Amino acid sequence: MMELVCPAGTPAALRAAVEAGAHAVYCGFNDETNARNFPGLNFNREEMAEGVAHAHARGAKVLVAINTFPRAGDQGLWHRAVADAGAAGADAVILADIGLLAHAAEKHPGLRLHLSVQAAAANPDAINLYAESFGVKRVVLPRVLTVDEIAAINREIDVETEVFVFGGLCVMAEGRCALSSYATGKSPNMNGVCSPASHVAYAEVNGAQEARLGEFLIHRTPKGATAPYPTLCKGCFSSPDAKGNDQVGHIFEDPASLDATHLIPALQKAGVSALKIEGRQRSRAYVAQVVRAFRAAVEAADRGLPMPESLLAKLTEGQASTTGAYAKIWR
Amino acid sequence: MMRILSDPSVKLLGRSIPLPTPPLTPLSMLFSRLMRHVLSRHPSILRRMGATAGSRFLIQVTDMPFPILLEPSLRRLTVVPRRAKPAHDTEIRGSLKAFLAMLHAEEDGDALFFSGQLEISGDTSSVVALRNALDDAEIDLTEEIASLAGPAGPALRRMSALLERRTGLSLSRRRLGEDPEDHSR
Amino acid sequence: MDLTVGPNAFFWTPDNLRAFYAGLAETPVARVVIGEWVCSKRLPFWQDEIPGAVAALQAAGKEVAVTSLALITLKRERKQTDDLVAMGLPVEVNDLSALRHIPEGTPFWVGPMVNVYNEGTLMWLARRGATRVCLPPELPLSAIAALAKAGSEAGVAVEVWAHGRAPLAISGRCYHARLTDRAKDSCQFVCADDPDGRDVDTLDGRAFLSVNGVQTLARAVTTAAHQIAALREAGVAALRLSPHTGNFAAVAAAYAESLGSSAGQGEALVAELKRLMPGAEFCDGFLRGEVGRSLSGASAA
Repeated sequence: MMELVCPAGTPAALRAAVEAGAHAVYCGFNDETNARNFPGLNFNREEMAEGVAHAHARGAKVLVAINTFPRAGDQGLWHRAVADAGAAGADAVILADIGLLAHAAEKHPGLRLHLSVQAAAANPDAINLYAESFGVKRVVLPRVLTVDEIAAINREIDVETEVFVFGGLCVMAEGRCALSSYATGKSPNMNGVCSPASHVAYAEVNGAQEARLGEFLIHRTPKGATAPYPTLCKGCFSSPDAKGNDQVGHIFEDPASLDATHLIPALQKAGVSALKIEGRQRSRAYVAQVVRAFRAAVEAADRGLPMPESLLAKLTEGQASTTGAYAKIWR
Repeated sequence: MMRILSDPSVKLLGRSIPLPTPPLTPLSMLFSRLMRHVLSRHPSILRRMGATAGSRFLIQVTDMPFPILLEPSLRRLTVVPRRAKPAHDTEIRGSLKAFLAMLHAEEDGDALFFSGQLEISGDTSSVVALRNALDDAEIDLTEEIASLAGPAGPALRRMSALLERRTGLSLSRRRLGEDPEDHSR
Repeated sequence: MDLTVGPNAFFWTPDNLRAFYAGLAETPVARVVIGEWVCSKRLPFWQDEIPGAVAALQAAGKEVAVTSLALITLKRERKQTDDLVAMGLPVEVNDLSALRHIPEGTPFWVGPMVNVYNEGTLMWLARRGATRVCLPPELPLSAIAALAKAGSEAGVAVEVWAHGRAPLAISGRCYHARLTDRAKDSCQFVCADDPDGRDVDTLDGRAFLSVNGVQTLARAVTTAAHQIAALREAGVAALRLSPHTGNFAAVAAAYAESLGSSAGQGEALVAELKRLMPGAEFCDGFLRGEVGRSLSGASAA
């Protein structure tokens, strides 16, 4: 059976994920070392050790994401995170930075290394480089590949692949995006945040709901309509064409979430080892519902049964879903 | 960064927030008592909120007659008159059903927000921190009240279950393993 | 400290490219990186210009390297990377996977699309043969200083993104094609219509971003004008200038003059850039660790 890797932003969400059937839970420390460094979220050292013990007692794994890029002159914070994850009993650490991978491989040779999606290893050469250089055992593939491309990659590599099947969708190659820091000064790579809440402002202007990120207007929706979170790449913008006619719309991506439920059999056939659910910033209600639905889907796929109809529409951003880059037409 | 005052009225005057007019005051005292009880049972809430615990959250429950001002680091939950809007850092608006469903993890806060059932304005960071801290605390409103009520606890639990069936509101936390779609209980 | 001109990000005609590199040969820049780093579909249209441009630049005494793509996914793109290595010039790695195509021990350069955020990464690349690294544009001065120091100890020259629209993101999706309701595979090379990228504004009319095929750029032009003294002090080896239309040779000359003068010339350089690039907005927030779009100094007004 493919491994179901589920998000947990809090100890309560970790317990909910395990209860709902997660094979593995991924989570991070409450600092800049992980890419979901949101207010009120994540685990202190004690909570991490308790979370690992809780999961292990119920047969689930815990993967610790330390997937931002260590700050020059201040790498100690990241090095300590790797050491503490190992001490807490983590089954693997999920890393993105070359320097941190080299450090972990040298100082913690017994610790299993996964390559974070933030490293955006998008082809067999990159994956084999990480595998040979650092002994990486699993690669989380960036969300820019089609199912066929994933199958082709798996034919050329010896390590496991993990792909996202549900949740917030990055439109850009992950870990290679500075849109957020251009607008707010805070970036996924350096601060573990994208379009951070601290820079979001909602206001009602002339009967419309406006959402700003820093100084920039990202959405303007009629009052009462659904209000997407102002993630920069899912904003509504205007672009004049050569004749000066403005094209207005979601130039990068519609505010939709990934739902690849019906592609699970194809991903299994493509040689994918693990399926990942996005959403460490979401509530334990989200975690429980999504994990339960995907555990059923993974089991159905394992028995060659058809995929259940997704019941998760209301949990998705903009209440709309997409199969994203997995279908070539997305490009 | 967190200041905890034993006498909330001092801070109330210090902030020059208009004192709630009776009969809201007794209700405010009751609410604040409940809040202190919840915070002492779940110390992780204030820890998780960090500096954002100092924010003032104006909670507009659309189907209640009055808004509520939540000040976590002051351990105060005050009922305020609708016409005199007190100073606040952030405002959250939604139905009682939505707030209770979110508190008891029957609904996801982001999903309520995406569908327009929750609206927020002001300091978004504080709202996110509050949501995350409460979500982790796994609060059960009925249990919190019952444990405060001493000998009246068992009766309160029965009343809550009855109310829950009558109103369809979520008044207690769903235990792990219970079916989220099953509201027949 | 000297000047490097990075690879052109946009889809220009062969004629325009030929003229651009002929002009560049006359400027006081020390080195040039040439090649296609945004979209592999563009390369067949202009790759015949590369040998001539390399010869002209080398004849003028410039050091020349050739860039890899910034996002390599297709088999054809991996093959293209092998072809680059076969050219015999230093390769500037802009997708880490290009390293697998460079024989162990062969010196290479690292471009701004590779995530070199700290000393650990810099040292690992140095051990692999990196001799020159252009840092990611979002890094602040404090990190740049730490990396320049580590670089000088490891024999790696550290460069900083100093002029041009900063590359903010790269995607599997082509935004130029999406804007014209075309699939990426039948894009009809619509990105050629916008030789500095296509404008993206906010709904209230603020100039914001610029799309260039699969790439998204800052609309404001980065300038390190106000940080030249600090970068020199930090031990940065070169400033990187990124090609754009207009009088780029004069822009390069303005930076060269500023490098030759004493500190405190930031305002004069910004004034000259504003004269050379009418209508352009400038920014340097990344270097100051602030909102990338912001600009320091009196010129911000």
